[in-house]
Amino acid sequence: MSRIVRSGQYELNVEELKVGGEGDRMTLSVGPHHPSTHGVLRMILEIEGERIVKATPEIGFLHTGIEKHAEHLTWTQAITVLDRMDYLAPLSNNLGYVLAVEKLLGIEPPPRAKTVRILLTELQRIASHCIWLGTTALDIGSQSVLMYAFNIREQILDLFEEATGARMNPSYFRVGGLANDLPNGFEDMVRRFLDEFPERLREIRTILDKNPIWLDRLRGVGVLKPDQALALGVTGPNLRASGVPYDVRKAYPYAGYDEYEFDVPVGESGDCYDRYLVRVHEMMESHRICRQALERLEPGPVMVDDRKIALPPKEELRHSMEALIHHFKLVSYGFDVPAGEAYQAIESPRGEIGFYVVSNGKNKPWRVRVRGPAFFNVFAMPVMMEGALLADMVAVIASVDPVFGEVDR
Amino acid sequence: MTHDAANSQFLTTTIDKFIRWAQQSSLWPLTFGLACCAIEMMNLPAPRYDIAQFGGEVFRSSPRQADLLIVSGRLSNKMVPVIEQVYRQMPYPKWVIAMGACASSGGIFDNYAIVQGVDEVIPVDIYVPGCPPTPDAVLDAVLKLRQAIQEGRAPGGVMRA
Amino acid sequence: MTATVRFPQPYTGGAAAQEAMRQTLLPALLERFPEGVEELPTPFDIAQLKVMPDKLRDVCVFLKEHGFNVLMDVAGVDYLPRTPRFEVVYHLVALPSLWRLRLRVPVDESHPEVPTVSDLWPSANPAEREVWDLFGIRFAGHPNLTRILLPDDWVGHPLRKDYPLRGEREKAMGPAAERNWYHAPKRPGDAPGSTGLPRSVSEGGD
Repeated sequence: MSRIVRSGQYELNVEELKVGGEGDRMTLSVGPHHPSTHGVLRMILEIEGERIVKATPEIGFLHTGIEKHAEHLTWTQAITVLDRMDYLAPLSNNLGYVLAVEKLLGIEPPPRAKTVRILLTELQRIASHCIWLGTTALDIGSQSVLMYAFNIREQILDLFEEATGARMNPSYFRVGGLANDLPNGFEDMVRRFLDEFPERLREIRTILDKNPIWLDRLRGVGVLKPDQALALGVTGPNLRASGVPYDVRKAYPYAGYDEYEFDVPVGESGDCYDRYLVRVHEMMESHRICRQALERLEPGPVMVDDRKIALPPKEELRHSMEALIHHFKLVSYGFDVPAGEAYQAIESPRGEIGFYVVSNGKNKPWRVRVRGPAFFNVFAMPVMMEGALLADMVAVIASVDPVFGEVDR
Repeated sequence: MTHDAANSQFLTTTIDKFIRWAQQSSLWPLTFGLACCAIEMMNLPAPRYDIAQFGGEVFRSSPRQADLLIVSGRLSNKMVPVIEQVYRQMPYPKWVIAMGACASSGGIFDNYAIVQGVDEVIPVDIYVPGCPPTPDAVLDAVLKLRQAIQEGRAPGGVMRA
Repeated sequence: MTATVRFPQPYTGGAAAQEAMRQTLLPALLERFPEGVEELPTPFDIAQLKVMPDKLRDVCVFLKEHGFNVLMDVAGVDYLPRTPRFEVVYHLVALPSLWRLRLRVPVDESHPEVPTVSDLWPSANPAEREVWDLFGIRFAGHPNLTRILLPDDWVGHPLRKDYPLRGEREKAMGPAAERNWYHAPKRPGDAPGSTGLPRSVSEGGD
């Protein structure tokens, strides 16, 4: 049965695949459903024996039309669809979009909202890196690290459920502040988690850091030089592992990050092992930021006071006609955002996620363009995979940490 | 099985019950994570929810070795031939759980890119609502599926005489 | 044999760098390209320039020589019913000087073509493919301008404003005022792709 499979410039006639022999090239299509747990990516590899000569990623298996859908929802409703892009770190998407819209509106959230935003975003970064760590270890072969890492993540998800009501895709940050205030006792829960976390991370690092299997599979694999990385638009831990100390939180501070003290880990050789080390150190730095955020947390409002943008408190609805009108208008129509464009870049666990928001003055976004870091990271993978062994492909995909909700949107 | 004697009917129904018990106690899921629900599905073998205690000991990556397909995530148009092929590769008996709102009915994405429910492509046994459903919701679905298998309500695509 | 991570001083001072860029680079750029490039007002910190498509390559070569080594993003925007209808938006970053610049290239519907910059910055390669896929704007000189997010046999460019949200399904669903959302949920036995289609009265619908 011969079939022609067409994809982009590739046309594979299934009967014509040549197999075997020295110097014979074989085209192998890996995916989109494959054992590596990193999502729906199709890698079309040209291999000679075990060596990968050329790799071409094919994406689009999770294209959801999120950018188009956001144009048909109000500014607040769009937060829900945009959450589901980078689904390992939904609060990062939240934060970026909300900051971009606040830029257009020209408003600033109150200080308590800013602190909570940073606290939850950094906890989200730890959770995302935990998934990355667990699934990467699983791909390389260690199942126990998956269990440990997901256990850490469960504790963080418990915190999110307390604060926002949902473990994932909380849509918690709103334009002007937060959806609701933190519950009582939340700070103690966070403190308990932060007290335990370094020990848990140390357990995982004891298994992995000097492990000969880990080192053998990751050291020297998937090297990305800094100039290649910059030319390909790679950002985030992948760029920092190659030696470029670019972190959006330090370069263009947003949401109050310039008041916090933290360092930016930078690797040397740009291989998979450096990417692992950079992310692990980033988790410790996020832990530091969370502690500082907890200290700064002070009682206060969590939403900006502008009745044209924020819902009035429920008690006011009982006796104030204006509050009722505002509530009705905000819930049924939304709020208008002045016409213009804004670009807000955020450091998500994958890199620089940019939200280019265009408004035409109405209650729905005219265009929300999301510059997804994973999109550009995926197209840097062929450079990392050239000349590597077939088994290294899994290590490279795992260490680059793509999230296909963000790649395909 | 062609005899009408009471003895042989007793034997076949007991064997059937035993076969169904064996099937429901060892549902091995296939790793078919698509989107956000996949992350919640990954919490199933994790220590807190632990699907292994209910029989899902290994998540097989090859469809030929799995009998439970948990479609976790939104199905986009480009992925339709892939899921069809994966489903056809699974040997009978096989069951499908549509996890999440997107797999059940398209979810919040009623647009050009998402198939409005995975049951437009493959037959589904249990739908789990949620966006994403918490792992205990999926676990509940697995337990209900197990009960349905035991009682004979979910034959898994196999025709029985 | 493990490596270590360093904690060097990261790049800081984006806002100051923006100011510096406005003083130094922008005047030089506007002087070099008197027509075809104009500065747009921007109340926020990223400077933006409107660049005509024929000047785009020269401007990009100039910017690359002056330090813009990262092309962060290529985006398309559809401003229907304005003419020119489309705009291609480039976000450029210079590291380590931390300059940021936005280029907006208006593209007319009658001739939706823009020269490619994928030979200057390889990150433009997938981004331009996406703009082609979703908007239908061609990039002259691109090595592989094919669909990237949608299936290869898809017809239409979804992110255009005249493309319905639900695509082909929406045409079968009829006018918005007559849609039957609440009384016609999906039933077993429905044909695939029929969500939201009106049911005939004989079937028990409204």
